[in-house]
Amino acid sequence: MTLAATDSRTESQRRRAWQAAAAVPDPEIPVITVEDLGILRDLRFDAEGRAVAVITPTYSGCPAMLLIETEIVKALEEAGFPEARVETVLSPAWTTDWLSAAGREKLRAFGIAPPAQASSSKLALFAEAAVGCPRCGSGDTERVSEFGSTPCKAHYRCRACAEPFDHFKCI
Amino acid sequence: MGEHVTMVAANERLFAYLLRLADDQLILGQRLSEWCGHAPTLEEDLALANIALDLIGQARALYAYAGEVEGQGRDEDQLAYLRYERDYANALLVEQPNGDFAHTIVRQLAYAAFMRPYWGALARSSDATLAGIAAKAEKEVAYHLRHSAEWAIRLGDGTAESHRRMAAALEELWRFTGELFEMDETAQALAEAGVAVDAAALEPEWRATIDEVLSQATLARPEVKAMQSGGRDGRHSEHLGHILTELQYMQRAYPGLSW
Repeated sequence: MTLAATDSRTESQRRRAWQAAAAVPDPEIPVITVEDLGILRDLRFDAEGRAVAVITPTYSGCPAMLLIETEIVKALEEAGFPEARVETVLSPAWTTDWLSAAGREKLRAFGIAPPAQASSSKLALFAEAAVGCPRCGSGDTERVSEFGSTPCKAHYRCRACAEPFDHFKCI
Repeated sequence: MGEHVTMVAANERLFAYLLRLADDQLILGQRLSEWCGHAPTLEEDLALANIALDLIGQARALYAYAGEVEGQGRDEDQLAYLRYERDYANALLVEQPNGDFAHTIVRQLAYAAFMRPYWGALARSSDATLAGIAAKAEKEVAYHLRHSAEWAIRLGDGTAESHRRMAAALEELWRFTGELFEMDETAQALAEAGVAVDAAALEPEWRATIDEVLSQATLARPEVKAMQSGGRDGRHSEHLGHILTELQYMQRAYPGLSW
């Protein structure tokens, strides 16, 4: 076997492992995957040939991370990668800019207003972002609380259709 | 030999620094979590619990790294649950009781206004792990600062009663703010090495943030009195012992318990 042949086999395996890990849904927002969220950063094989998924947390204290790790390991093992593991990296820090376009659309369809693009600029002390209602599309909305049902969401209300909704907040 | 001794000293310093930073976040997170189920409104209950969660997440990352730096096999849980009061090096401000809601908001405002630039500066640390933890925390604390600033204005510029309570909380807690900017030998040496932050240099920015919020809140910054300190050396107010009693109960009663 030539080295090139080994490489291409590894590459196709890596793609297959990536797809298995990437399909894991977020436990709180099951319509989007860890790939849509941008928290799956890399997939490689260690010296013993075991799959290693590299993820980054959304928030320092996000309680979903442990479940996400468990689910990724399970998905990799089911796809034929035994003894797979997950590594967490903190740098570069996750930003909502890493949410894919498909992920944003899925959030909106699910009733969660997606974050604004280019959010990595610094959060101003008193500035207010415009958030569109994911149900009726109106821009006439108000913030109820910047801290919602999970660390990544804020709680809003639409003044046009009167529906309360979640906003995936920029970070 | 001499080089080895210097390296050991540098490691011990970093360990001590990581612990004090972790202790600040853990104790404040524990304090805020006492509001869970008791906050004035459901939204506020969620907000305070969310902020507590961010802080405890930051503490976990710092303790885990401290355990690695120490190299004695202690993990985040052992560092949080099995150290005594005198070994805790958090600032006195974060262990102060929740009091009424105004006290919680003033404590939160004073601390978040300090930590926002602190994490920002620490994100440029020469220590890559510390910089990574800080870059994440900086984004989180920006939301904490907005939360407390908005409440400070709402309450200060609210009714006569809410204004009176905010003024009383400022009066009570102001004496614990000076400690945040203190630089001891550990902090100084690490700051000079590009690892830690020069906290003293952050005071003008902190004051500008506080003044901006207080002026919108129609509140006055209290007259400067003698500042209280000692937390960094393990000399705490009576409150820390009570916090640790509750925080550490399970591990003390059932050593090694896991779930």
